[in-house]
Amino acid sequence: MLLSSVLLQAAAAAVGLGKLGAFIGAGLAVIGAGIGIGRIGGSAMDAIGRQPEASGDIRNNMIIAAALVEGVALFAIVVCLLVYFL
Amino acid sequence: MPVMAQGDGTVQKDVSSAKSAKNPVDVKGIIFGHIGDSYEWHITKIGNTTLSIPLPIIVYSSTTGWHSFLSSRLKENGGIYEGFSLAPAGSKYEDKLVEHNASGQEVRPFDISITKITLAIFINSFLLLVIILGVARWYKKRPQDAVAPKGFVGFMEMVIMMIEDDVIKSCVGPKYKKFSPYLLTVFFFILICNLMALIPFFPGGVSVTGNIAITMFLALCTFVLVNVFGTKSYWKGIFWPDVPLWLKVVPIMPVIEFFGIFTKPFALMIRLFANMISGHMAMLVLTSLIFITASFGAAMNSAMTVASVFFNIFMNALEILIAIIQAYVFTMLSAVFIGLAQTNEEPKKIEK
Repeated sequence: MLLSSVLLQAAAAAVGLGKLGAFIGAGLAVIGAGIGIGRIGGSAMDAIGRQPEASGDIRNNMIIAAALVEGVALFAIVVCLLVYFL
Repeated sequence: MPVMAQGDGTVQKDVSSAKSAKNPVDVKGIIFGHIGDSYEWHITKIGNTTLSIPLPIIVYSSTTGWHSFLSSRLKENGGIYEGFSLAPAGSKYEDKLVEHNASGQEVRPFDISITKITLAIFINSFLLLVIILGVARWYKKRPQDAVAPKGFVGFMEMVIMMIEDDVIKSCVGPKYKKFSPYLLTVFFFILICNLMALIPFFPGGVSVTGNIAITMFLALCTFVLVNVFGTKSYWKGIFWPDVPLWLKVVPIMPVIEFFGIFTKPFALMIRLFANMISGHMAMLVLTSLIFITASFGAAMNSAMTVASVFFNIFMNALEILIAIIQAYVFTMLSAVFIGLAQTNEEPKKIEK
């Protein structure tokens, strides 16, 4: 508990509190993207297991859904980049 | 012997430490120099001479009229030419061409110069025209259904038919022929721009789709197509949808649908822009890792070089996949939005 608060204070002193917020935001966005795309991949695996003949169709739809979820996560990345560079 | 060599030793140490303190690797400058726009196309630096292509600057100032000159004139005349100069770092118009009005403030003239990204758009569009029109000429020279194409024309036919059948026909619906030229053009333009950005030397290397103005224009084209050619039942579905009365009168559904008209193309714009720019930034940062660790000693530097090269190869392969997927997703979503606006169904009245 004490170590994490000391690290946070050191990081805030080094870069400034605003930029620290940008770093934390980018990390949270990546967690969201990872969970979302992981679930899509998992259901795709289940579906291919049930019906291997449809694996081509399932693969196409999985890629499309993954691109859409990644687009949403990249909204957050763009906001964090704006905070960091402006 | 430290006492004897004191004169030389301290001078040497001061010079070298001063040099490394004055020239740290400017990562931010490198990244924004590659991703951003500029009035010249910097190719490389051989020894001490910089090799770059100067591009024409075409501006209209409200006080002195039209000016057009090559950007090399700015450098020859010490940074200022005909009253125009590049704004210094820290000003609002950093690195853009400004002039000073009577009260000394920086003012941007009307600027339609051929910048690096503009020239890259011209090169990519020319490449697109050459490829597509060359393939089309193969079909014009032969009677229909005479022989199946081979080689590059066969490959292009496979790609075009895949987009046409899987994406356009199924997503747009029965009226797909009207919108198919725009959707195919947008797919191939985004694909060529994304792939040219991954080639590290001239004429590639400039990320056209990593510029938010370009993706905004592409999303604007989709926005115009969806709404100008939307049928009456599409507009009715937005402002007076077939839902219970209490959702329409307290205008929840119409407001949500109205904002949805704008957020869908906005998401198209941000998705393409953010995917392209994040990939390029990651590769540039990995490459500049080598130069940052150059001053940390030989062992760390060689380890970082090996790691950076492997990561860069992996990122390049991933970026090729992302380039193709993002072009496909942009086209597919545009086709879906256009198809949703082309509905002609009358909502079925349920007999009570």
